[in-house]
Amino acid sequence: MCGAPDQSVALPAGTDLTKETVLVGRVLASGSPVAGAFVRLLDGTGEFTAEVVASASGDFRFFAAPGTWTLRALSRSGNGEAVLTADGPGLHTTELAVA
Amino acid sequence: MSRQDVLVTADWAEKNLGTDGIVFVEVDEDTTAYDGGHLPAAVKINWTTELQDPVRRDIVSKEQFEQLLSSKGIAEDDLVVLYGGNNNWFAAYAYWEFKLYGHEGVKLLDGGRKKWELDGRPLTTDEVSRPSTSYTAKDADLSIRAFRDEVVDSIGVKNLVDVRSPDEFSGKILAPAHLPQEQSQRPGHIPTAINVPWSKAANEDGTFKSDDDLRELYGEAGLDGSQPTIAYCRIGERSSHTWVVLRELLGHSDVKNYDGSWTEYGSLIGVPIELGTGSR
Repeated sequence: MCGAPDQSVALPAGTDLTKETVLVGRVLASGSPVAGAFVRLLDGTGEFTAEVVASASGDFRFFAAPGTWTLRALSRSGNGEAVLTADGPGLHTTELAVA
Repeated sequence: MSRQDVLVTADWAEKNLGTDGIVFVEVDEDTTAYDGGHLPAAVKINWTTELQDPVRRDIVSKEQFEQLLSSKGIAEDDLVVLYGGNNNWFAAYAYWEFKLYGHEGVKLLDGGRKKWELDGRPLTTDEVSRPSTSYTAKDADLSIRAFRDEVVDSIGVKNLVDVRSPDEFSGKILAPAHLPQEQSQRPGHIPTAINVPWSKAANEDGTFKSDDDLRELYGEAGLDGSQPTIAYCRIGERSSHTWVVLRELLGHSDVKNYDGSWTEYGSLIGVPIELGTGSR
């Protein structure tokens, strides 16, 4: 499971994955987690939707809606982007490489 | 007001850390961020427990604000430099509240924590304590705060600027996407509001866009700055960011922040709600 989002980062109590569309991922630089990256979620038109700071293990999470999303990270280790398509409610995972 | 009356740069801030008469104050959406490292000599204000009444749904009263600033060691003539995470959302909310209670010398650190961290500037976990003061606030300046009845009466009359994301505006989602989607309100927006997301006023590193870019942004959105404007979002913090832009940076004369925002409006019985991309 190298590089997979840390499943120990628990979802809030009461999160219903049959209804909520949750996007999770990890920021990586040369395969190593990047702590404290600024990760923003952009919608299908490139519009800013939300921003979080990645955890010490590089993990981040968004509550979104079905659709195609761009995740963009800024960090001291560099910047990067990834595209994630959520076809419906549930947990959707990605990796976000910065360089 | 000009930009230097409202904002300080990270360079300026770093040179003025520890200067007498200047108090750096961190206000974060994530109220634990300060504890993991903050600007040297900065004190923390917790927006959930210190800028809001602990029981009633309201901002703190004048007396509570006086107690807060006294306990933080802030005097009436101190220059307060506010900064925080998430592009200064909650620092802007604090800025609006400081202005509401008449604190003259208050500025925002342009770019907030994000630019500070991306620049690799110093952070510390040292405990900061300042001798307490006896702060006297002014009566709340209600010319910068809108309440629900005025908002309803402003439909089709005043500029209403919804600064949430397009998906919140249209009613697709109820909260920003880093938060669980609450279900207590009806989705949508106030009829006749225009949607100019707060994020369009900021650069990727959290700094505010240039005055020229900001004028162009709101000009293209059809906002007539000579007319009264009410800004709102979900809980009043992102609209504080836009309030800073419109009133403080662009100098529009009559701009109010509706801090009740969508969590109040979307819960009211009987008020009009519009879905979709908007009528204006």
